Amino acid sequence: MNSLINASITDAGLTPLATAAAEAGSDVGSPLANISIFLVFVGVTLFFVIRASKNTSTAADYYAGGRSFSGTQNGTAIAGDYLSAASFLGIVGAIAIYGYDGFLYSIGFLVAWLIALLLVAELMRNTGKFTMADVLSFRLRQQPVRIAAAISTLAVCLFYLLAQMAGAGALVALLLGIESGIGQSLIIAVVGSLMIFYVFIGGMKGTTWVQIIKATLLIAGSAVMTVWVLALYGFNFSELLGAAVDNTGEEALLEPGLQYGADLFTKLDFMSLGIALVLGTAALPHVLIRFYTVPTAKDARKSVVVAIALIGAFYLFTLVLGYGAAALLDTETILAAPGGQNSAAPLLAYELGGTFLLGFIAAVAFATILAVVAGLTITASASFAHDVYAQVIKKGKIDSAGEVKAAKMTVIVVGILAILGGIGAQGQNVAFLVALAFAVAASANLPTILFSLFWKRFTTRGALWSMYGGLGSALLLIAFSPVVWGRDTSFFPEIDLALYPLTNPGLISIPLAFLLGWIGSLTSKVAEDPAKQAEMEIRSLTGVGAEKAADH
Amino acid sequence: MTQVNAPDAGPVDYQEVQAREDFQELRRTHRSFVFPMTAFFLIWYIAFVIVAAFFPDVMAIPVWGNINLGLVLGLAQFVTTFVITGLYVWFSNSKMDPKSSAIRIELEARGAGLPEEDKH
Repeated sequence: MNSLINASITDAGLTPLATAAAEAGSDVGSPLANISIFLVFVGVTLFFVIRASKNTSTAADYYAGGRSFSGTQNGTAIAGDYLSAASFLGIVGAIAIYGYDGFLYSIGFLVAWLIALLLVAELMRNTGKFTMADVLSFRLRQQPVRIAAAISTLAVCLFYLLAQMAGAGALVALLLGIESGIGQSLIIAVVGSLMIFYVFIGGMKGTTWVQIIKATLLIAGSAVMTVWVLALYGFNFSELLGAAVDNTGEEALLEPGLQYGADLFTKLDFMSLGIALVLGTAALPHVLIRFYTVPTAKDARKSVVVAIALIGAFYLFTLVLGYGAAALLDTETILAAPGGQNSAAPLLAYELGGTFLLGFIAAVAFATILAVVAGLTITASASFAHDVYAQVIKKGKIDSAGEVKAAKMTVIVVGILAILGGIGAQGQNVAFLVALAFAVAASANLPTILFSLFWKRFTTRGALWSMYGGLGSALLLIAFSPVVWGRDTSFFPEIDLALYPLTNPGLISIPLAFLLGWIGSLTSKVAEDPAKQAEMEIRSLTGVGAEKAADH
Repeated sequence: MTQVNAPDAGPVDYQEVQAREDFQELRRTHRSFVFPMTAFFLIWYIAFVIVAAFFPDVMAIPVWGNINLGLVLGLAQFVTTFVITGLYVWFSNSKMDPKSSAIRIELEARGAGLPEEDKH
């Protein structure tokens, strides 16, 4: 995992541009092409954001895009939200370098959507209004459950956001040839400010359009590259694989083990990561909030179906592109380029289509960061403004306009924090944060979501134990893991305090959170209101009243 | 800890509806599809990951040309994901939607709407 996205942030800016291909990524006038194509993207999305801002006034408009998106639009936006730079640059790079193990990683990302489809999307859409906390606190005690859900939402958003913003710095080094720390910081600030502007004025509608446009460009761009690579090998996938093995001289490229196969702990680490991905995806707050942008549960279902189709197709493309990069590029060149293995996809684009295709892919990669960061920011602001400010501090005695105002203030605060965090995280190995975000979502959120939807005897105590226990144990395990202590890539390489041998906490923290939810509920002295439980169950399965939610 | 929300004063007694045979039937239909399906794909995925992590030699068995068992099983994960998605859509449209919308239409006609706390 550490190798995915910005594993080589530390290298970026230090590695001299030694090779011709690396120079191609940063010299030869292509940074200009990269920036111009990106500016076109900014221009187009700005148009949609400003248009969206004209009919964004109520809380339902601001958080949920007026619930006016169709299932297809929302599904595309979900794909845009989900296919982050880690998916695109990271997986292509991982397959190019580690072969099969990179592919393994993408499978977990796709299979995970079945949890969302079968167990979560429609029931959440039917029960809630704006946020995950709406559902979790539905039949339990409002205040404590809402606060816990908001804390875990903000934690997941923060980890993910930091990883994305730090990734932006590495991308800049890779795509624009900006190597100085100050230059990268400046770009992070520009990306962050742009994102604040988008989310501030466009709300969920603007954010959704940015994601739809980005997903379309990303998937179209990688489809073109995929067909191109396959055409070079006579549309014979087996031949492409053979060429990849020949070119890299790595026999094991087609088998598992190059990345995770070193010892028992790396294998367990991979299992932990796989489980966290599969169970975490459907509990990511920025994914959950997207289910509220459609009018009905049926549209939520269609959203997930479209998302699965697009995400599945995309990961099949990355399989071809990863092995294509291995077959057509020099491994040394990839690793020596600024950005390391993350540069495989852009270098492949340059190899195939020269400056223009590289510029296009580079712009898409930027757009990716912008769109994902916007999605996380709107989620964090909805959670703070709706759950913490409106429901807990103001006890629900606030009108829609007041809530929107609070959300907009939060956007600015979150945006500034993201910029500062992104600048501060430069040069740090923050790749583990993405995996941590999934592990926290799977531990702190998923058990409570499933218990409250499906288990009648679930109680407030169960929810609090599960959420705080899941979040706390995940953080504690990471704090005493090799991420922090004792390895070359750790924050403290010299001291080995890693009591937990894995870099992903999911293997322990997810079962623990389920267990805590169960024990907490069984030992509760106070029963929850059975009428509320009945109401929630009926709403979740039938959608009673849910479609009217857009009215106010 | 004694604070339990007051029984819903709305026009619909949800507990009574919950106990009704048509709702129980809806709930049973839903669970008898989604639970086994979830169990199936989780077991299949975890088994796949275990084989990949601990028995890489199995994955290396050649199938056709340079395509080995690992690639075939990996692509099979994609296929099962797409198939389960398709089955679920068929199941929802034909088995769930008629039952759930009948109950929804009835309750909404009786005036069931948003929960009290959500009315700003």
